Amino acid sequence: MQQTKSVEIGTGAFVLLGFAALFFLTTQTSNLQSFDDGYFDVTAHFDNIGGLKVRSPVSMAGVKIGRVQSIEFDRERFDALVVLRIDAKYDQIPDDSDASILTAGLLGSQYVGLQPGGSDLYLEEGSELEFTQSAIVLENLIGRFLVNAGGSD
Amino acid sequence: MIRDLAETFGGFVRTFGASQLFFARLLAESPRVLLRPSLVSKQVYNAGALSLVLIMVCGFFVGAVIGLQSYSNLARFGAEDQVGPFSALALMKELGPVITALLFAGRAGTALASEIGLMRVTDQLSAMEMMAIDPVVRVAVPRFLGGAFSLPLLVAIFTSIGILGAYVVGVPLMGLDSGAFWSEMKQGVAQADIWEGIIKSIVFGIAASLIAVWEGYNCQPTAEGVGRATTRTVVISAVVVLIFDFMITAIAIT
Repeated sequence: MQQTKSVEIGTGAFVLLGFAALFFLTTQTSNLQSFDDGYFDVTAHFDNIGGLKVRSPVSMAGVKIGRVQSIEFDRERFDALVVLRIDAKYDQIPDDSDASILTAGLLGSQYVGLQPGGSDLYLEEGSELEFTQSAIVLENLIGRFLVNAGGSD
Repeated sequence: MIRDLAETFGGFVRTFGASQLFFARLLAESPRVLLRPSLVSKQVYNAGALSLVLIMVCGFFVGAVIGLQSYSNLARFGAEDQVGPFSALALMKELGPVITALLFAGRAGTALASEIGLMRVTDQLSAMEMMAIDPVVRVAVPRFLGGAFSLPLLVAIFTSIGILGAYVVGVPLMGLDSGAFWSEMKQGVAQADIWEGIIKSIVFGIAASLIAVWEGYNCQPTAEGVGRATTRTVVISAVVVLIFDFMITAIAIT
């Protein structure tokens, strides 16, 4: 009887601990897809997205407010169509805000930064950000630097 | 010479085919066994609960060493903040499933194989058949199900404790910021990474349990045969787990 009891306790403790660990892993170690209050998608065209990836953060004033949902090549405009998924609790962003692709740190990953505009209308599902600034490509920057350095002689 | 090779290869294919038929049989009998959960829960205790201390100790130290190694190397690039996501991803996607499966093969797989093998040696399996009890249903299936159910839970425990180990090394010992450790981890880990680890652990659990039960059930009925069955359980499990690990990773990445 004592034997069965310890077996039961051991099995129960093991299974509970296992599911607790699974719960911990699935909820506490990742928050990339957590939009608790829902979300809305806005689009933006960029001439060059640099190293931007799907799931890169979208931030405003340094605070993460969403992430990049998809990146596609626009065959008519020959630029990149980026869909930004923004947390629904940030529903009062002026619709003339501008989006730029920035780099976090020297070697860091790239993200989309939003600068608020002055419009009274707000971004909503399906809005397009008209004002965008491409990623700064290191080669272009060096090229411009070399041209400038040559010109100053 | 060539004939020998052909015979060896033929024997391999035959054993492989037989083991797959055995697997199909196990799956076919599983629903019947699940109607008597006490048979399976006993095996969950043997395969899972008895491996718990080993898994927790190993998980903690594997996580701690990953924290230490990643810290010392990432610090050279000024990227110490990435210790959290680095350790979590390494543990979730590779080390957790693989090391747990190898430990499981050594701890629970050998126990299963030698137990069933000894039943074979002492004619207990034949005795069951005499009493019109199917030894596959009574002996093999509950052990297979218990093992296959236990391993994913063990992997989750190993990974969680490992992340704790990395935290202990990174935050109090190396002086990383606790908030940065967790928030960078949450930024860097996607649901898909977690699912990759869970899928691996399910596949490894089925593979390691099947191999252990198969080797035990089909061992030579001698003392030497039982010993050989236990050895083969560990060796074959290790090879199969590592091959599956590569294949699942390749599918997940492409």
